[in-house]
Amino acid sequence: MQRKLARQFLYDMVLARQFEQAAAEQYTEGNIGGFLHLYPGEEAVAVGSLRAADPGDYVVSTYREHVHAMVWGVSPTAVMAELFGRATGCSGGYGGSMHLYDAGHRFLGGYAIVGETFAIAAGVAYWLRMTESAQIVLCYFGDGAANQGTFHETLNMAALWKLPVLFVCENNRYQIGTEIHRHSAVPDIYRHASAYGIDGRRVDGMDVVAVYEAARTALQHVRSGNGPYLIECETYRYRGHSMADPGAYRSVLELAELRARDPLETFRQRALAQGWLSEAECGDVDKAVEAVVTEAVRFAAASPQPTDLGRNVYSEPLDLYGGRP
Amino acid sequence: MTRQRNDSVGSIGTARPAPELEVWQALNIALDRAMERDSGVFILGEDVGLFGGSYRVTQGLYAKYGEWRVRDTPISENSFVGMGVGAALAGGRPLVEIMTVNFALLALDSIINIAAKLRYMSGGQLEVPLVVRMPGGVAKQLGAQHSQRLEHVLVNVPGLRVVVPGTPQDSFWQLSQAILADDPIIVLEHELLYFTKGPFDAEMPAPPMHSAAVRREGRDVTLMAWHRMVSVCLDAAGQLSARGIEAEVIDLRSLRPIDLPLLRASVQKTHRAIVIEEDCRFGGVGAEIAATLNEVAYADLKSPVRRVAASDVPTPYNVELERASIPRTQDILRAVEEVVGVSAG
Repeated sequence: MQRKLARQFLYDMVLARQFEQAAAEQYTEGNIGGFLHLYPGEEAVAVGSLRAADPGDYVVSTYREHVHAMVWGVSPTAVMAELFGRATGCSGGYGGSMHLYDAGHRFLGGYAIVGETFAIAAGVAYWLRMTESAQIVLCYFGDGAANQGTFHETLNMAALWKLPVLFVCENNRYQIGTEIHRHSAVPDIYRHASAYGIDGRRVDGMDVVAVYEAARTALQHVRSGNGPYLIECETYRYRGHSMADPGAYRSVLELAELRARDPLETFRQRALAQGWLSEAECGDVDKAVEAVVTEAVRFAAASPQPTDLGRNVYSEPLDLYGGRP
Repeated sequence: MTRQRNDSVGSIGTARPAPELEVWQALNIALDRAMERDSGVFILGEDVGLFGGSYRVTQGLYAKYGEWRVRDTPISENSFVGMGVGAALAGGRPLVEIMTVNFALLALDSIINIAAKLRYMSGGQLEVPLVVRMPGGVAKQLGAQHSQRLEHVLVNVPGLRVVVPGTPQDSFWQLSQAILADDPIIVLEHELLYFTKGPFDAEMPAPPMHSAAVRREGRDVTLMAWHRMVSVCLDAAGQLSARGIEAEVIDLRSLRPIDLPLLRASVQKTHRAIVIEEDCRFGGVGAEIAATLNEVAYADLKSPVRRVAASDVPTPYNVELERASIPRTQDILRAVEEVVGVSAG
């Protein structure tokens, strides 16, 4: 493995871990409101798949998308400021944790209703295919979303028209508190793809290298005009569904077992053992990330509040009673 | 399912100079012109392609523009509307046809929770230039599930605009304007109006998309309506005229926004107003207009603004009961007599 890529994986995953930890602290202090869904445990999925993509591609993600946004190029300061609801946030303070957007990076959200990402991604892909673009779309979803009608409707259409979408399932085993064997008759999400003639495979979502390699193969398939592909990444979230969920429905043993396979620490050990990275380089990454996250929180806290309630509802101000406002 | 047989596979619309066209033909010409002008305009919907559209609106376009720009979709309303949103985000100008408003209930997440909110939620970064066309209204004995009216649902959504063209000319104008606009716009059509005729001139300059139109001038009472109820009002106005009561009939044309200045000017003249709606009364457009006129034109009113609306029932299949469930000429006449009588007394 290239040392540069190894450093990138480590940096991304350390950033993901530290950023989310800081977000949890800021939530507890009352600086972040609403729902806050954190990513610890699932880092290898976003990092491995997004680093395999081309920066010109499109990304459509869920409400647990801070890390996807940052790996895709949205600055941690802009993401933290958005969590704080500030005008400097990546959605100007109008979106919040579940609605991060960055048009310049083709990061299209940020969808808080489970199952919405499928059709949005397929629509982008339809346009790309219609205009013969080389770009493709990465579409993230959780195991719970595979039971929405939009999953099946969209897989059908994506296959029918050979749309360039890579569907990435972040199977963390739980739809909030309901475990997968209690919510899915066929808990192997990747097998659902075959019902629509879509190639799918399962990968260890705790292993960033495995996710990266699977995504590269899948993206090549998608980019070559073969239509969609689905990767199911088996992963785990250490925290509850959101800050409001203590996760009491899971056993301590289960959590301990998964933590022993922590995507960040296992990759760090592997990188050291393989000689991809030195102790000193790993230490430098930790320090660099710490500075970035500290700055993100400082920036967010110092940022101005948005003040214009009524802008951006329409392309131009609209008086509902037919006059010019 | 209700379908209009599409026997001819012929040319697009009948763009030859003709004094009158049917509504579907005017819509067809608007689509054809938009697609010719802008290669980013494309259509998604059930049976819009090979079949030519359930009401012929997309007839001929599949042959002319090909399957990628006139796409027959599976029966997956929420997802193909969501796809329209996605394509709009990426730079396309999608136009989605939902076969009827009854099926749009399955797509309300894509319309209300996604399309209407993305510009705002993204702090203005994202744009959703999406047009969703769908016909509604009470047609002919289609039963409760095929006779919905969704005006009251759609007008209460920030981020949407809702237009309700009822004539060939307005259908052409407002659909053309909707396609050019950069916001998600709902074009509500009426199932019984597609094959009605009216004057048509594609070159006539269009009024603003939201403006209302006076269809008949009068001095005694203002009747406000849209879609098919406009013709019922005109029928009532003709009968009233014979009895010496001159009703002004306004076609609202747009329900979000509404053209309040025009409504207000009319009320300043007639001092009485009745809103006639095919949609149910409770929490509807008539309630919004009546409340607003009470707020801004109280001094001009000689009697409270009245509503004549559909009965609060699912639409019955029986033809006589169905007719009785929505406003008829006699219902309007009775309301006018009450309003004029009350104020005269």
